[in-house]
Amino acid sequence: MIARAIDNLELDFNKVVVVSGIGCSGRISGYFKTGTYHTTHGRAIAFAEGVKIANPELEVIVVSGDGDIAAIGGNHLIHACRRNIDITIVCINNFNYGMTGGQFGPTTEHEKYSQTSPRPIGNLEHPFNLVKLAASSGATYVARWTAVQARRGTRSIEKGIKKKGLSFIEIVGACPTEYGRMNRLGDGVEMHKHLLEVAEIQNGLPPHEAELDYETRIVCGEFLDIEKPEYTAVLREAQEKVKE
Amino acid sequence: MPERVMFTMGDIASAEGALSAGCKYFGGYPITPATEIAEWMSLRMPELGGAYVQYEDEIASITSVIGASWTGVKSMTATSGPGVSLMLEAVGLAVMTETPLVLVNIMRGGPSTGQPTKGQQGDVMQPKWGSHGDYQIIALTPASVQEMFDQTVQAFNLSERYRTPVFVLADETVGHMRERLVIPDEKDLKLEYRKLPTGPPEEYLPFKADDDLVPPMALLGSKYHFYATGLTHDERGYPSDKEDVQIELITRLNNKILHNADKIIDLERFMLDDAKICVISYGTPSRSAKKAIKDARSEGIKVGMLRFKTVWPFPEEAAAQIAAEVKHIIVAEQNLGQVYYMVKAASGSTPVHLMTKPAGMPQLPNEILDKIKEVDSL
Repeated sequence: MIARAIDNLELDFNKVVVVSGIGCSGRISGYFKTGTYHTTHGRAIAFAEGVKIANPELEVIVVSGDGDIAAIGGNHLIHACRRNIDITIVCINNFNYGMTGGQFGPTTEHEKYSQTSPRPIGNLEHPFNLVKLAASSGATYVARWTAVQARRGTRSIEKGIKKKGLSFIEIVGACPTEYGRMNRLGDGVEMHKHLLEVAEIQNGLPPHEAELDYETRIVCGEFLDIEKPEYTAVLREAQEKVKE
Repeated sequence: MPERVMFTMGDIASAEGALSAGCKYFGGYPITPATEIAEWMSLRMPELGGAYVQYEDEIASITSVIGASWTGVKSMTATSGPGVSLMLEAVGLAVMTETPLVLVNIMRGGPSTGQPTKGQQGDVMQPKWGSHGDYQIIALTPASVQEMFDQTVQAFNLSERYRTPVFVLADETVGHMRERLVIPDEKDLKLEYRKLPTGPPEEYLPFKADDDLVPPMALLGSKYHFYATGLTHDERGYPSDKEDVQIELITRLNNKILHNADKIIDLERFMLDDAKICVISYGTPSRSAKKAIKDARSEGIKVGMLRFKTVWPFPEEAAAQIAAEVKHIIVAEQNLGQVYYMVKAASGSTPVHLMTKPAGMPQLPNEILDKIKEVDSL
């Protein structure tokens, strides 16, 4: 979806920077033939902010997982949203820490099983709803799609890249190997079929109503597209104001 | 800009040094006793067309500095011990991805929150051993406001030349003392910049080093594409779990500092030529030591000082050499002994005495003088 979005927008590939963190989605930056950087766990957004502020001409895209972006990197996510800095964050949510073998994470639903919330205990915690989190933290473009809604997802990533502000796009994916197996959600094909069945498109719905219940209803769509002064633009104005 | 003279504190001298070196990006988080650097930068950076960015924590600060550096902009952060503790994982990332950056640590009392407004030299081992894995670091130890400026410029030069993070390790006293500062005419400053790749982009190998063991650095947004990762990687930048790739990479990363140690290390020899006792010191205690040495000399004691302006890479050869020349070595530092153990390891059979004070006020000249007399009587 990201590659298609870059291609559809006919961006100069040299000016695109792809940054990722650690985890299953962490390797994605390496699949792009441009300037790419694979940070430490949770720090992709912080790295991306430095890049964008130091060279605002670049299109900076962060792609990483829910654990990376919302747990260890959660602080950077909310503060980057608050700054409204012009980067595009694509968060692939597969509801668990897949690469380390399937432990519960910040998006694992209550009572669901994982390697660290085993049967019969289940997850003691409650999940973040990432689009609510991003929207309430100050992002100016917020959307959610499932991995099977590739065209819509691509379109949102295009909009996110074009948006002068912080864009947050959640892509709900499946981890049949770990999360699916432990919660008896079926194989990869079944899980993706399920995503298509429960995805409910509600463009324009206020973000705080964008519910995500894996079993019954995953509200998808564009929930926020607003204007707000963007950080690097405001910084340029400040530089003009105090120029020696 | 022509030469300027200021009466200012070490923290601000360091900030001005960074600006003179061409630094255009500061990512930071307020912390005593380094806050004055951030405050100064918050106005000076935009004045010069640069960015002061205040992050949510020290982890974001330094990681953003790494990001900014990869666009070709000279970048820095400044903090104190607790902040450095948070930054050390990213220091490892900067070492591994060979990212030039400068980290100023205005050292305060520790461990933990310690004494935020009081000085100490408790963080000497931290930059060298604090991040995991085998690596080398460069750390400079200024002892005056002028050196805060000069050695911050030097820190940028070394970081650019060797593509590595460089620490300026200043005790709080140096950070907050006020002295005359001469900022040289910009034409008189020797500034260095990282090697950039030449040649066809399709043949570019981002981590293939030249003979100096340093690879040319592609910038984000250029036609040279790369994948940089904290994972062990080969010359192409591709991750590898092969043993030989790990050995080759970490050996080169270590050797690019160690093999150039003589070019990096900066020392001051003070009254050493006929000395029987050598004081080894750095930062503020070295100022007290100078006074103590002059006083001891007036009483006929042959004593001098080897002052470390660089603590990493450790001046091992210089310590060994002086140990062969004198009868006793006294290490005067503001901690419970850090450089002391390194000197001891390098000094063979020459006795090494520790003269320490791990608290706010550095050793006074008369305290060091007493130690010199005590050692002289042995």
